[in-house]
Amino acid sequence: MKNKIRQPEAPRPAKVREKKKRDLKKFIKSDAAFPYLCLLPSLIGVMIFFIVPFFVIIFYSMVDNPINKEFVFLDNYVNVIKNTAFRRAALNTLTFSAVSVPLAVVLSMLLAMLLDSKIPFVSQFRTSFLCPMMVPVASIVLIWQVIFHYNGALNDFLSNFGIEKIDWLKSTKGQIVIVVLFLWKNLGYNMILFLSALNNIPKDIIEVATLEGAGGFYKFFRIKLRYLSPTILFVGILSLINSFKVFREIYLLTGDYPFNSLYMLQHFMNNTFRNIDYQKLSSAAILMSIVMVIIIGALFIAENKFGEDVED
Amino acid sequence: MSELTKEITAAERTEKAKQPLRVRLSKKKQKIIMWILTLFAAAAALIFLMPTFLTIANSFMSSSEISANYGIIFSEDDDGGKEYISEKINLKFIPDMVSFSQYYTVLFKSPDYLLKFWNSVILVVPIVIFQLLTASLAAYSFARLKGRMKEIIFFVYIVVMLMPYQVTLVPNYLISDWLHILNKRAAIILPGIFTPFAVFILSKIMRRIPVSLIEAAQLDGAGEFQIFAHICMPLCKSALFSVAILVFIDYWNMVEQPLVLLSDTNLYPLSVFLSQINSGEIGIAFAVATIYMIPTLLMFLYGEDYLVEGIAYSGGIKG
Repeated sequence: MKNKIRQPEAPRPAKVREKKKRDLKKFIKSDAAFPYLCLLPSLIGVMIFFIVPFFVIIFYSMVDNPINKEFVFLDNYVNVIKNTAFRRAALNTLTFSAVSVPLAVVLSMLLAMLLDSKIPFVSQFRTSFLCPMMVPVASIVLIWQVIFHYNGALNDFLSNFGIEKIDWLKSTKGQIVIVVLFLWKNLGYNMILFLSALNNIPKDIIEVATLEGAGGFYKFFRIKLRYLSPTILFVGILSLINSFKVFREIYLLTGDYPFNSLYMLQHFMNNTFRNIDYQKLSSAAILMSIVMVIIIGALFIAENKFGEDVED
Repeated sequence: MSELTKEITAAERTEKAKQPLRVRLSKKKQKIIMWILTLFAAAAALIFLMPTFLTIANSFMSSSEISANYGIIFSEDDDGGKEYISEKINLKFIPDMVSFSQYYTVLFKSPDYLLKFWNSVILVVPIVIFQLLTASLAAYSFARLKGRMKEIIFFVYIVVMLMPYQVTLVPNYLISDWLHILNKRAAIILPGIFTPFAVFILSKIMRRIPVSLIEAAQLDGAGEFQIFAHICMPLCKSALFSVAILVFIDYWNMVEQPLVLLSDTNLYPLSVFLSQINSGEIGIAFAVATIYMIPTLLMFLYGEDYLVEGIAYSGGIKG
């Protein structure tokens, strides 16, 4: 930060440098420095724990091993991409995201509109939809096991309708269970985002539309959806990011070695951590971070566009 | 909402009239729609509450009742399943007899769980306190400073905040290794403190403080520190509560960090340890699970409005 205020350092006579030093000391003691100093603790922490090691990882991802340090450029990346475990993990993670994200967006929007439609007991409903996000996953995992176990409550219930037993957690159906758990946990958060967006729609526009005889259909698609579009996008990307974190639920439900269709990227990373294979770890992490940066960049661009659109 | 739109399109098709909706949709019909929507919401609410409620209800069953109900599931690893008590599982909402035996066992006979609970506390509380402290300072400077450099740093913060654990744990692991704090609590606490989530939300809120307020204070001779301490912080009080709740629940729930950064299972927080409960202890597992959700549920009970406010602030990247 300090460089910003000072001119770029160039070879100068000793006297000038001396004066600069004094100026800097004066500046630090002055009142105007306070906002700059405020940033320091946080910035130093972020630098030490995230940014600097991240650059070291970029370096590690391009050398053959941390001791030899021979430059191999993209070899490690190629190895990771060729790795079957990584591929399966990436595919599973993507499948999960592709299913759960649209559901998370649509269902939470419906919940928000439900609460926005002047039904009674709105605050009680809001509380119950939000409750799951405040319950630690570890606490309800037991009940989920009871419900989705092969001999569990759900199969018991379904057998009343003559449906055969399904081994929910140890078959390809496993993803369904995790999607349900993901939605159960995340819908409340998203719903609040939608509710606050619905509140921000200017009331007079809706009123004018109603006076002019617009139906609910028109009001929804032409007015509300337009105002909600930035939130839809934000919730979509937030859910996408959250869907990468679903390892937590899977680990607590099924442990270190889940069924194939539940093997996620974090499982891959955990196993690689166990072998302390720095090359694999760092190149996998860099690959994922590139994907994330693209997603985040899309979010920024879209928000700029949509933001202007609605303000007009 | 979907019912509503369906009703309306149906009405439009049959009548083809251009009258306003209010006339077409009679009061009675509207009432019926309200009823349907309310029932729908109630059903959804039941589904949302059920797992939590079941866990709490089950914690008041005696351990023999638990193994009678769920024995079939949790004793499957013992070969063949000779211990099966019932062929089917009994999902019960209300215990046959309310019993505190599970709690008695957890609190007085198996110190292991209390120890793990304490592990959770000792990891999460410092993270929440120090993250709020450094974040409110940093947020102040993000709100007060201008220029390209600040914007770039803020963008970097957002990127770090949004990165999943698969990415951030690798740098965290590396730096912990260098600082020789691997397998110590500090390996989780320190990166936790500097996670930029709180900075992000607080600076959004501080930026909304009207400039005129700050200028007026400056005219009265207030320095930067006074502005921070006497104007910004009081205005951010409720936001600090919101952020504290969100950060707390996030770390109370942690699983990935301890698995990677701690190899000594004695240091594991209860959030990881709970899943490793074996079949012999199923009788007390529900009580442990319930005890573990008490802090967050209490926060929810007393701070729901703060929580909602905090979530609403987190919407939108730039704010």
